[in-house]
Amino acid sequence: MAAETTTRPAPPEQIRAVPVRHPGRWIGTAVIAVLAAMFVHMLVTNAAFQWAFMFDNMFTPPVLRGAQTTLIMTVLAMVIGVLLGIVFAVMRLSPNPVLSGAAWVYVWFFRAIPRYVLLFFFANLGALYGTYELGIPFDHQLMGLLGLSGDLRFLGLNGNQIFAGFTAGLLGLALSEGAYMAEIVRAGMQSVDPGQTEAASALGMSRGATLRRIVLPQAMRVIVPPTGNETIAMLKDTSLLIAVPVTSELNFQLHAIGSRTFQIIPLAVASILWYLALASLLMIGQYFVERRFSRGVGSRETRAQRAERQARTVGGTH
Amino acid sequence: MVRAEKVHKSFGHVEVLRGIDLEVAPREVMCVIGPSGSGKSTFLRCINHLEKIDAGRLWVDGRLVGYREKGDKLHELRDKEVSAQRRDIGMVFQRFNLFPHMTALENVIEAPTRVKGMGKQEARERGAELLTRVGLGDRIQNYPNQLSGGQQQRVAIARALAMEPKLMLFDEPTSALDPELVGEVLDVMRGLAETGMTMVVVTHEMGFAREVGDTLVFMDDGLVVEAGDPRQVLTDPQHQRTQAFLSKVL
Repeated sequence: MAAETTTRPAPPEQIRAVPVRHPGRWIGTAVIAVLAAMFVHMLVTNAAFQWAFMFDNMFTPPVLRGAQTTLIMTVLAMVIGVLLGIVFAVMRLSPNPVLSGAAWVYVWFFRAIPRYVLLFFFANLGALYGTYELGIPFDHQLMGLLGLSGDLRFLGLNGNQIFAGFTAGLLGLALSEGAYMAEIVRAGMQSVDPGQTEAASALGMSRGATLRRIVLPQAMRVIVPPTGNETIAMLKDTSLLIAVPVTSELNFQLHAIGSRTFQIIPLAVASILWYLALASLLMIGQYFVERRFSRGVGSRETRAQRAERQARTVGGTH
Repeated sequence: MVRAEKVHKSFGHVEVLRGIDLEVAPREVMCVIGPSGSGKSTFLRCINHLEKIDAGRLWVDGRLVGYREKGDKLHELRDKEVSAQRRDIGMVFQRFNLFPHMTALENVIEAPTRVKGMGKQEARERGAELLTRVGLGDRIQNYPNQLSGGQQQRVAIARALAMEPKLMLFDEPTSALDPELVGEVLDVMRGLAETGMTMVVVTHEMGFAREVGDTLVFMDDGLVVEAGDPRQVLTDPQHQRTQAFLSKVL
């Protein structure tokens, strides 16, 4: 490098031109600064915000439990939703028209129904049947054919008990999420080069192993960012659990305090701050998950890898 | 090793293979040339059942590919059985098709560990050995996108060899490479041929076909037009279509 610079001719004089002025940008900056100042002024001077009252009520044990419930509900609904999504995406891409059609119907139904409506419906499933039982389908008819009486049911659950509160809410949110995730996972799987499946087949890998080891890990790069968005949307949609209702949930608790004390605005603001904080937490998680699944994409040789390679070359193994 | 009898294959209304009769002996290196669309890649993909043939018979190592003959009826093999057949047939693709989320070594040991149930440690040692054999002993921890095209293709060859195949299929292995990287891949293939591997190579590299190939097959329009000793076919082609093709590419 040093040898080159001595032989190269001296560069011409640096350009020192008068830069173009952007008066529009300065006006815009000024307008935003004034608006921001007005906003802060309002927050500080308007007594209706009741900041002290808000902070006193924002971290009471029921509210903290509410935040916990909300997070647990978000995680569980997403985990079930993602698993359902993978199952239905695989079904959707199946060459079998019955499987593919069933997956289509599922996605069509649960994407079309608003979550609030769905949650209300699930909350009242206890009114449809008193007990929900697990057993052999059409057992009464079967036993009748065999000339026997009785039934073939193993497990009976009280409808009013299972479709109440947390379970009903989880069922509604997870089933709805499964439909969205099915579409996201399908897009991800279709984004993987078919040559990958071919290469895996040519190596004698089974379909299942190809899906788990080759297709899904690569599809994850496409699946993870929208799934992060879905998770944040799910966090917010737990506030819809008021339709069930799930009384232990965060927004329900804050709303209840607001109604009881007639301090609507402070507790509504508390809700905003809580959801901001929880969503920010999820966004940090999303960042790390995305980094994990972008391995081998656009990454140059890392410093550690290069050092290791050079060390090995010097060591004379090659 | 490979025997094809009247192999036909259509995609919709387009008949890509119109009756291929070929035989590849053990340890033979067969090079297949021909204009694009002549069906040479399709034929290669039929050999390991990536494409189903519509008519005719195809045997690898004495076993019918993709089917079982019971009486006078053919039964399709289950996915599992097809996979088992493919284990003995290595394939190298034009576009490498390395697994981008795995390092070179992980690419090579994936099938031996998952499919053959080989121990991780043994697979790693053998994988490193194979990568060294293709000249990439210092690149085993790199991801495919950190490697040049020629290096990627050599990893792909090592990956196929890791399954200890009896037969290697090469589908235009150098066509996606920059010209200066073609040589390193051909060198590895030449070395492989010297070990006695049975190879079917679809290629445009006439020099390779001449030096390494035992047989040269010229395909056009879904048919084998001419087959024979490479030097003979290249210097003194008997058929008009072969002559026309060679006059354009040589």
